Amino acid sequence: MTLHNDLFALAYLVATILFIFGLKGLSHPKTALRGNTFAMVGMALAIAVTLLHPDVKNYALIGAGLAIGAAVGIPLALRIKMTAMPQLVAALHSFVGLAAVLVAAGTYLMHAHEGNLNSVMLIELVIGSAIGAVTFTGSLVAFGKLQALLGSAPLVFKGQHVLNAALIGAVVVLSAIFTFDHNPTLFVAVSAISLLLGFLLVLPIGGSDMPVVVSMLNSYSGWAASATGFTLNNQLLIATGALVGSSGAILSYIMCKAMNRSLLSVILGGFGTTAEAAAAAASQKSCRSASTEDAAFMFENASRLIVIPGYGMAVAQAQHAVKELYEELHGRGVEVKFAIHPVAGRMPGHMNVLLAESEIPYDAVLELEEVNPEFARTDAVLVIGANDVVNPAARNNKSSPLYGMPILEAYKSKMVYVIKRSMSPGYSGVDNDLFYFDNCSLIFGDAKKVCEGLVNALKTH
Amino acid sequence: MSGTMIAVYVFTLACFVGYHVIWGVTPALHTPLMAVTNAISAILVIGAILVAGSAYASDSVLIQVLGFLAVTLASINIFGGFVVTNRILAMFKKKS
Repeated sequence: MTLHNDLFALAYLVATILFIFGLKGLSHPKTALRGNTFAMVGMALAIAVTLLHPDVKNYALIGAGLAIGAAVGIPLALRIKMTAMPQLVAALHSFVGLAAVLVAAGTYLMHAHEGNLNSVMLIELVIGSAIGAVTFTGSLVAFGKLQALLGSAPLVFKGQHVLNAALIGAVVVLSAIFTFDHNPTLFVAVSAISLLLGFLLVLPIGGSDMPVVVSMLNSYSGWAASATGFTLNNQLLIATGALVGSSGAILSYIMCKAMNRSLLSVILGGFGTTAEAAAAAASQKSCRSASTEDAAFMFENASRLIVIPGYGMAVAQAQHAVKELYEELHGRGVEVKFAIHPVAGRMPGHMNVLLAESEIPYDAVLELEEVNPEFARTDAVLVIGANDVVNPAARNNKSSPLYGMPILEAYKSKMVYVIKRSMSPGYSGVDNDLFYFDNCSLIFGDAKKVCEGLVNALKTH
Repeated sequence: MSGTMIAVYVFTLACFVGYHVIWGVTPALHTPLMAVTNAISAILVIGAILVAGSAYASDSVLIQVLGFLAVTLASINIFGGFVVTNRILAMFKKKS
């Protein structure tokens, strides 16, 4: 069966609209699942229509690829732990990146066979391959850091920026020559340099900046799809890639703003130079510590409690213990709210997913702007494995590297309890002034064990 | 207007649509947003299908290998991405 070209275009338009409705569904948890269904229908429609395309002659390889994809992808998605979502997303980004490189190479070979290579097509091809290659290796490094296969510390060496600039220059020059020369060796060279660039660009970025990196790679994977669309002159790919590209770009912007850092400073590598000075200053001040029984007693008698979860909650897999604590206190008439900083965790929305997994109702979970006015009339705050996002230095200490970063104003509450494994400073290397406040007590221990301890203390009362 | 210019129009307008739609997404759902955009970016599978299924693929083992790998990788993304998004969103649906 063959269809008229315009019918293909029409079907692709419908698929694009379904994707837009899919994303629009995410504006509220109630409509989100339906949105995902729209997007799935859009994808199924796009694939089905493409299979009818007259240029598609062999189905064996396509069928095998789709079947393997389903056999690998579905079990992976069903088994992955929610705490490992950032790794999964990074791994999936890398697949899109590599697929973009392969499609560009394949398309080049097909057109070389036909003998109809032209400069516009070649520039589109080489851009698609370069973005895809950077996405591929960049995502691999991000995956390695998130999975703790690589150290999460920023890897910075001398001459790094010069080297990166030189490599980017080489990509641009070689791509330009390729569009006139049509020599496939140049295509391979540009792709190879871009692969190297992906590694080098993400290696210097530290663990806590991962929300920005993951969002940026999300954006790249979209631009790679768009570039491929330009090559194939396929409006569906162009439009869909642009949707994904803008989504990732907006998320990167939101993450950067939440850290009061410019995208450029994140890309160029981590904090770190002030760590020693801050650590030296820390040893001279004193802070108080509390037992789980003390804290449980306070929480039980509070009328309002706000919980601030951070990456430490994910690392300790403490979300279910936190839910038990929530139930226990909620049952005693304590109003318990959760406050989420935009950069808490390793990807945008990471904490919301963990709290949703442990079945904490989403209307008890508040964003930064909503929750900040509440702290002053809150009896107690429990900070679980978060640090820089509650550091008052960001508000009152102009010499702090964190100065200007929007924080959760936990220090305004009557009492603050911080669950911490040790006195080590947060990722930024900046000492946390909050720990030395008169209304702050530290509970030392693993986040999960402490939360379970709190629940036990409440139950035995 | 040339084909390339039409493509530039589509691209630019889609960026604007993306900008407005994405700002409407609630921050609580930013993780599923990444998961679903990840699945959607695998729309690249269309290009992969055209490579793997092309008439030239039967003459060239290289084109076959490239096309097959691209379809496979994109499909992992499509199935993995949509299923995991569904799983996450189902968690948000519980209660309330």
